Amino acid sequence: MRAEPPAGSIERSAVARFFVAWPPLTLVALAWIALMIIVAAGADVLAPYPFTKLDLRARLSPPVFMGGTWPHPLGSDELGRDVLSRLIMSIRLSLLIAFFGTLIAATVGTAMGFVAAHFRGKVEAVILVLIDFQASMPFLIIALAVLAFFGNNLVLLVVLMGLNSWERYARIARGLTLSANEQGYASAVRQLGASNFRVYGLHVLPNIASTLIVSMTITFPETILLESGLSFLGLGVQPPLSSLGNMVGYGREYLTRAPWIMLCPAFVIVVSTLSISIVGDWLRDRLDPTLQ
Amino acid sequence: MTALLEVSGLARQFRVRRGAWPFGRSATLHAVDGVSFEIEAGRTLGLVGESGCGKSTTARLVLGLTQASRGEVRIGGEKLPPTGSAPWRAMRQRMQMVYQDPLSALDRRVRVGRQVMEPLAIHGIGASGERREKAVAMMEAVGLAPHHFERFPHELSGGQRQRIVLARALIVDPQLLVCDEPISALDVSIQAQVVNLLLDLQARLGLAYLFISHDLRMVRQVSHEVAVMYLGRIVEQGDPDQLFATPAHPYTRALVSAIPVPNRGARRRLVLAGEPPNPVDRPAGCAFHPRCPFAVARCRAEIPELRTLADGRRAACHLVEELPQSWAA
Repeated sequence: MRAEPPAGSIERSAVARFFVAWPPLTLVALAWIALMIIVAAGADVLAPYPFTKLDLRARLSPPVFMGGTWPHPLGSDELGRDVLSRLIMSIRLSLLIAFFGTLIAATVGTAMGFVAAHFRGKVEAVILVLIDFQASMPFLIIALAVLAFFGNNLVLLVVLMGLNSWERYARIARGLTLSANEQGYASAVRQLGASNFRVYGLHVLPNIASTLIVSMTITFPETILLESGLSFLGLGVQPPLSSLGNMVGYGREYLTRAPWIMLCPAFVIVVSTLSISIVGDWLRDRLDPTLQ
Repeated sequence: MTALLEVSGLARQFRVRRGAWPFGRSATLHAVDGVSFEIEAGRTLGLVGESGCGKSTTARLVLGLTQASRGEVRIGGEKLPPTGSAPWRAMRQRMQMVYQDPLSALDRRVRVGRQVMEPLAIHGIGASGERREKAVAMMEAVGLAPHHFERFPHELSGGQRQRIVLARALIVDPQLLVCDEPISALDVSIQAQVVNLLLDLQARLGLAYLFISHDLRMVRQVSHEVAVMYLGRIVEQGDPDQLFATPAHPYTRALVSAIPVPNRGARRRLVLAGEPPNPVDRPAGCAFHPRCPFAVARCRAEIPELRTLADGRRAACHLVEELPQSWAA
């Protein structure tokens, strides 16, 4: 007969098991991402002031933790605009751009990868050349050229972000589809008489989805950083709209006198990209049923 | 009466390159070179031979998974439609495949019960409720319990996975099952179970099998007829008991003498020298002559035809009638 373990140890092991499945760092990262999504969704309600509202009597007032006052908890900028309000609106815009950019890249890339792996031959050769072309061009230069020629608008910017990393998804999707087609489950299902839609949509895609999702979590921060970089150079989001990169860009002039203008968005960029990477790492293990 | 499966003059060549890319010259590999056979409903043809002799390519050609370079395959008198076309997909209901490695043939993200139901969804058979019932019934027929329905492939044993593959193949009531080394990835004890299951299903459902294996004793046990392949051609074909008791072709003799027997001293072994030749440079004349202990000048010059011998079996050898019988089993 086995002795009943004391109640306390069961409780501990349940807690321990919880933290094995949900590591603390991942929980923090998930909480931060949730906070960012809430902020982005409720930006209009959460922002204490309209983000363009000037308060010329309170110009460059420091944030609370640097000896400032509560009316402007994160301080104000050179025109007396509330940094917290601007930060909230910037998070909304940056997340929006990064989210749709990543979505476009993943969709286009995966579709191209499937097409290449399905048709092989000339179609595959053309797509591979496109992939190599994309991978060998510094994307910032392309983006600069396109934005300089076509002028600047938000839709164009999002589409550009989408074109940034499609070649990675295309490579991953093509490679995994080729190996699935060559032997194994995909050819077995095709042998059963399944249509291409069924083979790719219901079998190949779910099987390679974990790899694609993990690479999405890698490109998502990169898209945020790219958008920040473009906005910093003045080619991304244009004032009066503001994004995280655009705030960093305009804040640099006051780096010595009012560092909070630049530090607040920079902090959000760093923590957000780090959180998404951590969650991506964790997702890779979670999404594989054979690892559980 | 026409046979269920008629294969005539089936051949498949692959273009290959010898040597590193810019310098190599292109060559032709004859994986399967003019193979003909028939299988009647409810019968089994065993296909044996060394690795690389074209057994698996023959299986893929019969199913239309690979396009044939020459020759044709007829199922119940109908010609096999082009690979991937709608009629070809509909044809899948009549012919199914069992794989060597069941784990790679199953989608590891989908519960096995759903995979057994999938052919019904693909061919639009039955309503979704009936499909589930039918899948459970079919899983019971191959010896699996209903609680296996919700499992993932990696949670099952090798034998259970092969049963899932079988259930998935059989759920559309096929007439022909192509088994490509269905037991070689399994433990010996499981092999016997799966073979008994195959025999049992054949008796109950009247299936025809094309049974590919390199396990000669298994082939002898399950087949009504055996064909021995060497370098893409059938070299001997006939009744299994007769073929294994008194092999006619020197290659079959070598294969048969390699079967382990309890009493070693009772028999001389014919051990073949060397590897099978690369199918890209097929020897002239009889492809077997470089390894054949009986080869004469004629074997180097003339390709032997597969001809019917006095006792009803078929062999492709110039010297069949003249060879000594003494050492054969």
